[in-house]
Amino acid sequence: MTVFALVDCNNFYVSCERVFNPGLENKPVIVLSNNDGCAVARSNEVKALGVTLGAPVFKEQALIKKHGIQVFSSNYALYGDMSNRVMRVLSDFAPNLEVYSIDESFLDLTDVRKNDLTDFGVEIKTKVKKHTGLPVSVGIAKTKTLAKIAAGIAKKSKKTGGVLDLCNPTHLDRALEITNIDSVWGVGRRFAKFLKVYGIKNALLLRDCDTEFIRKKMGINGVRLVEELRGNSCYPLDSSPMQKKNITVSRTFGRVIRNLEELAEAITAYATRGAEKLRRNGLVADSISVFIMTNRFDKENFYYNTEIIRLPASSNNSSEIIAAAIQGLRKIYKPDCLYKKAGLFFRELKPESMVQQILFDTVDREKNQRLMASLDTVNDIMGRDTLKYASAGLSGKKQWKTAFSHRSPAYTTKWDQLPKVT
Amino acid sequence: MADIKAIYKPEESDKCERPLFMIPVSAGFPSPADDYVEGSLDLNKHLIKHPAATFFVRVAGDSMLNAGIHPDDILIVDRSLDAVDKKVIIAIVNGELTVKRIRIKKDGIYLVAENENYNPIKINKEMEFEVWGVVTSVIHAL
Repeated sequence: MTVFALVDCNNFYVSCERVFNPGLENKPVIVLSNNDGCAVARSNEVKALGVTLGAPVFKEQALIKKHGIQVFSSNYALYGDMSNRVMRVLSDFAPNLEVYSIDESFLDLTDVRKNDLTDFGVEIKTKVKKHTGLPVSVGIAKTKTLAKIAAGIAKKSKKTGGVLDLCNPTHLDRALEITNIDSVWGVGRRFAKFLKVYGIKNALLLRDCDTEFIRKKMGINGVRLVEELRGNSCYPLDSSPMQKKNITVSRTFGRVIRNLEELAEAITAYATRGAEKLRRNGLVADSISVFIMTNRFDKENFYYNTEIIRLPASSNNSSEIIAAAIQGLRKIYKPDCLYKKAGLFFRELKPESMVQQILFDTVDREKNQRLMASLDTVNDIMGRDTLKYASAGLSGKKQWKTAFSHRSPAYTTKWDQLPKVT
Repeated sequence: MADIKAIYKPEESDKCERPLFMIPVSAGFPSPADDYVEGSLDLNKHLIKHPAATFFVRVAGDSMLNAGIHPDDILIVDRSLDAVDKKVIIAIVNGELTVKRIRIKKDGIYLVAENENYNPIKINKEMEFEVWGVVTSVIHAL
């Protein structure tokens, strides 16, 4: 019998800010996206005020002033460091751990002998809070999908004290019943829409669905999903119901860009970042699409265009992707436009292992792979962009880089920005 | 059938570190130091016992001068340690981070400065008080 725990940090970005600025505790706090555009993290107090995730900040200025909502830019250096600390503490609790995202981790508790899993969950929660200052919720169950459901409930329900064990069937049915079909891990928007048509609106109804019906309508992934809900583990650590369907890298510019060279610099940087993401996830793309657009609020002069480029072969190679992206950019670039945003979608993603060598491929793929591996290793050790492509721009400050005007200090990564004590 | 006592995970890295002997091997008399292999002294290992729970903070103010803590010093703070009586700790008092010595007495908890100009703070119910971490070392540049 398998046992998994999902440990999920509560309001992660906001909580990180609160560790070093305790005056923010119990106060409404928002953390903004890149370019300070919209709210990507909200404290519970802000959620209660009705500010939605992704709400554009300029729209909420009235609320912000009225309730004294504290606003911060994303401080990725801080969040990344705090995430590493949490994961390090968690690694003490189980021999195997999967870092699922910046603030979530799956633990395989199958070989961990514990009499009371709830107590164990409380131990985990307590230790993470003490060592890092971050509050987490813990969900424990027989499968990853159920553990995710348990953690979701533990997070919202004060009664659970932040820890919920669903291995015991007592509360399982009720937990599944209150879990909306949209929130089930592995059920994307398409499936959710479809299932609701058949009246399957929560996890309990999905679990009790006829397997053959699910197989016909949702394929093998659907069956795995239902099996996971039934307590039969189909996804061990490091395996998920959905491979990322697409990867997008895009940014809104700090100031407008007019000329092709600067746009090309930006696109090269995004292509590089995206290729890194692909490699890190063991994926390749079959095609990419580039898009550029001017300020969408200037309706009169609005220009948006996009171009899809098929890669000669499935790839996650930076050079090839950069070349394709620039090729696409040239096709859609129009002079005398004030560009405000650009980006790349990486499409038709596949696991690296599935790549077939095309017959007339002129590129030495193995050599490129080794080059990419070296690139990634050097950048890993010495910092992002230590090695980069010349087309990404060699001049010092890049004007199109995003704005972070409300960023808190790099409390844990810069000597001159340490928290102060009196 | 014997019970399995423990299950070890195999070391999966393909690197195999081997110590480098400090004396070149040669014919003739061996050096008495041959059997001793030295690594260098690692300050990180010495000062930081719990990396995930260790943070650095910068001192502002002179409230702990007599404890050898000066303005601008860096304190190494370990959140995993317990704040027992007489430890120098970082505490949260009314939303601010402060460095003081904690005294746990029969009549309550006190935060005591190491400077005659500062009075001890007695923690009462109205105050928001929480232990942030225990100070283990001071880094003072001369």
